[in-house]
Amino acid sequence: MTRMDFEVVVLAGGASSNLSPLVSQELPKALLPVANRPVLSYVLELLEGSNLKDLIVVVEGEDAAQLVGGWISGAYADRLHVEVAAVPEGVGTAGALRSISSYLTANDVLIVSGDLVTDVPPGAIAATHRRHGAVVTTLLCSSPVSGPSDSGTSGGKEKAKKPVRHNIIGLDPTRQYLLHMATGAEVEKDIRLQKRILQAVGQMEIRADLMDAHLYAFKRTVLQDILDQKDKFQSIRQDILPYLIRTQLSSEVSGNGLVSSESGSNKSAVQDELRWLSQHREIAPSTFQDSQPLSLKSQRDDQRSHKCCVYIANESKYCARLNSIQAFSDINRDVIGEASHLSGYSFSAQNNIIHPSAELGSKTTVGPQCMLAEGSKLGDKCSVKRSVIGRHCRIGSNVKIVNSVVMNHVTIDDGCSIQGSVICSNVQLQERVVLKDCQVGAGYIVTSGSEHKSESLARK
Amino acid sequence: MEPRRPPRTVSDPKVRQVGFVTPAAAPPARTVSDTAAMPAAGASQELPLSGSSLSPVMIPPPRHDGLSARVTALLPVPIAATALRLDNLQIRVGSYNQSEVLLGTPPMTSPSSRIEDAVSEFSDDVSASSLYGRTEPDKVGTAFPGRSGDLMPAKSVVAGGSIGSHTPENPPTASLVVKALPGITEKKRGMLEKQHDEAAAPKPLKEKTTKAERRALQEAQRAAKSAAKEGGGADPTNTKKDKVVKPTPQKKDVPEVAASSGKKVDRPLEKERKKEVLPLRMQFDDKHKVEKVKQRAIVNQREAKSRVEFFQRLPQYVHGTQLQELEAKFFQLDAVHPSVYKVGLHHLSGKITGGNARCIAMLLAFKEAIKDYSTPPEKALVRDLNAKISGFVSFLIECRPLSISMGNAIKFLKNRIAKLPLSMSELDAKASIQSDIDRFINQKIIIADKVIVRHAFAKIRDGDVLLTYGLSSVVEMILVYAHEHKKKFRIVIVDSRPKHEGQILLRRLVAKGLNCTYTHINAISYIMHEVTRVFLGAASVLSNGTVYSRVGTACVAMVAKAYRVPVLICCEAYKFHERVQLDSICFNELGDPDAILKVPTHVESYLYGCMDNDNLQLLNLNYDATPSDYVSMIITDYGMVSCNQLLIYCSVF
Repeated sequence: MTRMDFEVVVLAGGASSNLSPLVSQELPKALLPVANRPVLSYVLELLEGSNLKDLIVVVEGEDAAQLVGGWISGAYADRLHVEVAAVPEGVGTAGALRSISSYLTANDVLIVSGDLVTDVPPGAIAATHRRHGAVVTTLLCSSPVSGPSDSGTSGGKEKAKKPVRHNIIGLDPTRQYLLHMATGAEVEKDIRLQKRILQAVGQMEIRADLMDAHLYAFKRTVLQDILDQKDKFQSIRQDILPYLIRTQLSSEVSGNGLVSSESGSNKSAVQDELRWLSQHREIAPSTFQDSQPLSLKSQRDDQRSHKCCVYIANESKYCARLNSIQAFSDINRDVIGEASHLSGYSFSAQNNIIHPSAELGSKTTVGPQCMLAEGSKLGDKCSVKRSVIGRHCRIGSNVKIVNSVVMNHVTIDDGCSIQGSVICSNVQLQERVVLKDCQVGAGYIVTSGSEHKSESLARK
Repeated sequence: MEPRRPPRTVSDPKVRQVGFVTPAAAPPARTVSDTAAMPAAGASQELPLSGSSLSPVMIPPPRHDGLSARVTALLPVPIAATALRLDNLQIRVGSYNQSEVLLGTPPMTSPSSRIEDAVSEFSDDVSASSLYGRTEPDKVGTAFPGRSGDLMPAKSVVAGGSIGSHTPENPPTASLVVKALPGITEKKRGMLEKQHDEAAAPKPLKEKTTKAERRALQEAQRAAKSAAKEGGGADPTNTKKDKVVKPTPQKKDVPEVAASSGKKVDRPLEKERKKEVLPLRMQFDDKHKVEKVKQRAIVNQREAKSRVEFFQRLPQYVHGTQLQELEAKFFQLDAVHPSVYKVGLHHLSGKITGGNARCIAMLLAFKEAIKDYSTPPEKALVRDLNAKISGFVSFLIECRPLSISMGNAIKFLKNRIAKLPLSMSELDAKASIQSDIDRFINQKIIIADKVIVRHAFAKIRDGDVLLTYGLSSVVEMILVYAHEHKKKFRIVIVDSRPKHEGQILLRRLVAKGLNCTYTHINAISYIMHEVTRVFLGAASVLSNGTVYSRVGTACVAMVAKAYRVPVLICCEAYKFHERVQLDSICFNELGDPDAILKVPTHVESYLYGCMDNDNLQLLNLNYDATPSDYVSMIITDYGMVSCNQLLIYCSVF
């Protein structure tokens, strides 16, 4: 039996275009290092911590699936039981689910995006889902104030990014039910609300400071129905979820009696229970009073309504998605900084992590909230602040690295200065290179003495 | 104001006499001007029967004096007191039946006799159906004295338990017992032994002893059933008639029986109790124990820091943290079945409230869990499943303290599991338990409710003004049923902060077209003028007749008593409990203390800023205890009984 009658699907995605110079054929999004660990490992360890050890990981593209599968089987051989499923590229999240939906059997399905870095317990979402008997429950977290406020270096990027990302989320007064959801692109237009929903609830709270964390709990039967019936649906976020929210009060999915069924894997048992409940409800309506405002005010629709619920993560919890380059550097910084408990490393007294095998030259300083992985060598008089440096990097003398991510096997020659940049594996920076807010794709060679600002450098 | 009063015909003695009234005490007409003169008149009329009761609607001629009643209620140990009480019981029974016979109660007999068949068919115990015979005049006199012999063992058992082992269940009571009556207990012991020897000799008595013993042990119900059938069929008719003819020897006999059985049962019972009764209540002011429990606890809950001194032994956690913690651990709890978990969350979040609903939800979840259960290798189903259920129960307790109804249901279920024959295959065993659960829900709750509705319906007259407090599923059913059967009556719904459960009832009743008045409990004395009957629900009825119910019920009942309005408590028999409780302090449940601070019109609490003050302690009790004096009658699925007869029922279930 699956744990608590929940199955877990991790959507690990493929090569995302948002992260273009960083991800490549060799490095799918799921394996992007965050504090020198693939980002997928954060999700997997979160699930493992919640005792969820039977997972399905869906990856776009055969090659990526092999890479991810290889990594998982190496890293989690005896800890997790993971099935890696490959789906064709470009099918979208809904398409990915559609291709595996026939394998799902449990009562509810927990769908986690593979790029989520959080410490919100997935059990909380699952339990909320169960408690309400909802069709879908989604995790909302306060959207990050993008970019560090204290470092002015990435300020330019912030401005460029800021107006785009906005979620408009409508909640009921008790903040339990999801009544409206619009993505960033739709916000430009007027917001259209359904009158019926508004009438039923009476009052709607519209929030723009919440972010959909792409952690959903779905009722399996409903999810499968929607996937079967609506074959044009591409994405959970843009198609399935709005559809379910829209049809809350005029539910088609509940028309065939699937939604209204209470817990219970076996159909006959479900009906049995329903019979009891309805029998008792008939004679004692108030014992089954529903505190839900939706049903109180529109009892006629009670039969044909389903619930879309939310779980709003506590402010103190960390929750971020790696879906942009900005987010990548933010998360890297946070994981070794303020959300350091996520990284799983133990910090030194100086509040940084320096692997014993790393070598530091004389007068080289590594500041707090830094990470230096195994086998890396730093020359003399270097300065590293708030940065992550990967494995087996060779860094010359007089190099400054601030607010940056340096992946594995990178060679940095003397006198370089790197600020707010991401440098992928096997990159070579020749002498006196100055980079500010740049992304350097894997295997690129930056010629000596060149200066770049806010550029994306990659091999053609 | 005047036009709102019900027509005087309502309180016309002829109408109001039905079923309730001892023929001697005809209730005087109730008008405002009359009330001053009434106490004197009422008292003089009732004097032959009682000195204390003022109510013209009290069925039982009240006890001779308050003190002896207290003592018997507190501990039925002293033999003198028990004898006195028995005397009481007999007199009361007689008068009660007499009144019933005299009045004929045509509206009551018709539904009850109709239902009687159904109930006796469903009920596990024969004694219940024999109690039903009460409506037939000639059996009446015999039925109760006969039973009263049976009920004694149960009483003395309780006493023995509290004397011998200092059970933590009811510490105030227990300590009182020991302090107050050391001499008597000693004396009792001596007498017990002596009488035990005597009692062993006569045949019929011995038979009785074993029966009583079994019942007291709450074991072998089925065996008891057949035994009782035999006994109830042929044997008792003789003995009972004897007793009726000669009441004096009976008075001697009964204590003997009681004493001997009490002595016999004393030892095994203690052991049995420990094993069988649900984990006795934790004392949360005992730091050492709390630490221990915390180690075992599934969720580490923060306890509320400032608690009212009287209630420190009750569990209280910082509200709001509990649900989150529990939800976060969703996947970690291996042992808890998903459906049980869901029920636990519902209990915790207040989505399911009310004794019946909580009990049904729990039983259905257990049923689901049993269906998915499979015995691990090298383990016996009986033991393993019972352990598993215990795990579920402790989880549910952590969510919210169990209601008494749930406790009784769990006891029933565990009993059933324990009694499964070892040879039974797993599939059969599971099926049988599941059908047991179904039957329990059906008989003890659903059908019981229907029966109660029929009984209560007989008590509603055209033109009545019925008052109810809070939200009780049975009362709601009664009102709706009466409305559907074209009774013309008005309803007063009394509500209280902070839960405002009455509003839910109000909404439903108004939607159904009933004529309702809604008011809060502070206006109770004003509104009571016009009320002719009070219907109240109960979380439990304890064996001393105390009604344990939603906080505020006692207040309503007291005011009703002061205004001489009959108070009818509607309670299913499965909610009865043999515990004796004298006040609502020794056991209660604490609600969210912040809830009482919130005033809907004010966004900010009035006490904003004082919350950290050490001098401020908030108390939000969930239940209170209504003394039996305030209760005119309890309507159960076994008919309408007065509080004093409850012991019989409590010992039966």
